[in-house]
Amino acid sequence: MEWAIIIETVIKAVIVLSVVAGMAAFATFIERKVLAYMQRRLGPMNVGPHGVLQLAADGIKLFTKEDIIPQHAVKPIFKIAPVIAPACAFTAMAAVPFFPEFTVFGYTVTPIISDINVGILFVMGVASAGMYAPLLAGMSSTNKWALLGAARTVIQLLSFEVVSGLSLLAPIMMIGSLSLIDINDYQIGGFTSWLVWKQPLAFLLFVIAGFAETNRTPFDLIEYEAEIVSGYATDYSGMRWGLFFVGEYANMITVSFLVSIMFLGGYNPLWIIPGAIMILIKISAFIFLFLWVRAAWPHVRPDQLMWLCWKVLMPLALINILITGIVLI
Amino acid sequence: MFEVIAFYTFSILTIIMFGIVVLSKNALYAMSALAGGMIFIAGFFFLLGAEFLGVVQIVVYSGAVMALYAFGMMFFDTTRDVKENIHYKKVLYSLFIASAILIVIIMSAPIYSANIEAFYPAVIDGVGNIQMVGLILFTKYLIPFELAAVMLLVSMISGILLVSKRMEMNLTEEDHYEEKGEII
Repeated sequence: MEWAIIIETVIKAVIVLSVVAGMAAFATFIERKVLAYMQRRLGPMNVGPHGVLQLAADGIKLFTKEDIIPQHAVKPIFKIAPVIAPACAFTAMAAVPFFPEFTVFGYTVTPIISDINVGILFVMGVASAGMYAPLLAGMSSTNKWALLGAARTVIQLLSFEVVSGLSLLAPIMMIGSLSLIDINDYQIGGFTSWLVWKQPLAFLLFVIAGFAETNRTPFDLIEYEAEIVSGYATDYSGMRWGLFFVGEYANMITVSFLVSIMFLGGYNPLWIIPGAIMILIKISAFIFLFLWVRAAWPHVRPDQLMWLCWKVLMPLALINILITGIVLI
Repeated sequence: MFEVIAFYTFSILTIIMFGIVVLSKNALYAMSALAGGMIFIAGFFFLLGAEFLGVVQIVVYSGAVMALYAFGMMFFDTTRDVKENIHYKKVLYSLFIASAILIVIIMSAPIYSANIEAFYPAVIDGVGNIQMVGLILFTKYLIPFELAAVMLLVSMISGILLVSKRMEMNLTEEDHYEEKGEII
């Protein structure tokens, strides 16, 4: 029995790893296409039909490119740092329920690797440990742009962790559980029972914090090329550089799942659409929102970012908790 | 069996990590190893069924405390080895090892270890991990909890005061005054 559980967990982990890594790679292609159409360009067109095979070309390029390590870098740390980003992003997915339960050949499969009762806290905590990737990369590169990028990373991620944590507190107070499955089941009553109608402010705050934690535009200051070249990734090349971005896109997918499950009804079926399709639609819409914002909005300055975080978003999150508490009593 | 494998894996990794922290002369190695060790300690909490404490260990120690250490380290050159200024190496090392062995012996001595028991054991059935922590924290350990909160508030206010002495001046104005030779 014990071995059966271990084998099942390993199979699930391999499936999640390969599917999400594939989705992350495909998201880079989608990003280029969406940005291109929004800017009245065509984007990648030459490799395969509408440039779909550009993905394979990019992959081959990344894998075969020479792996350059600067002479004065601290080599072991410099080599380990890129691995931390995807490792943390994929570990965080261990507690995310992806789909509703289904039965294959009379065997009930729960598409979650480990249902721990502090699910959402685990996802947020492990994803936040991913900040070590840019941090150690910046500190070991011995390059001033990389160091500045690392400093911005720490400030930005630590500050917005406060906002995302506080904004999630209000819905969790209503649900009374930290398990993502319980959170999903709380919204089982259809469209009107979605938490976004009861907690619109928390939804907005969490989405903004999600943009900052996955360092997407308008908050991608930690690798803003006009100011600090490429931030922490300045000295990296080839697959080590690619690993950072696998981690970033995997984090985008995790944040999309979290938002869908917390606020948008999760994998509950809606009308005639089954739950699995429903959550895929929500995830795709949210990824599209990430790209849309990138095409539409400019960057903010670092001081504007801090002002937004500590003087606008955090007080709003606290007020939201206070109001929720008063209503619940 | 699975738990035994996990326990020994985490113990060996933790000991190696903290060994690097103590023995390495490079600040960057020590810092990264400390962060790694903190995460491996969370593994023990998960093994013991205290998921909440495990996650808090990751969030607080690895997420916040170590990141602030790292932020402090950015003001130094962490890539070079630190030259330690130790005169009596033998005395120092033997004292360290002796005190470590002494603590292990005291803690594992049958007189002491048999008598360790929780003052307020939390045995409430049908209540989850977090609810249990909350119940204990707000009933039996309320006063220490509130005292810790007050201490944190005091340190926060003093921190803000230390930083914000000259907040009403901005940097460009300051330069302007210094050019004129006035003391602010």
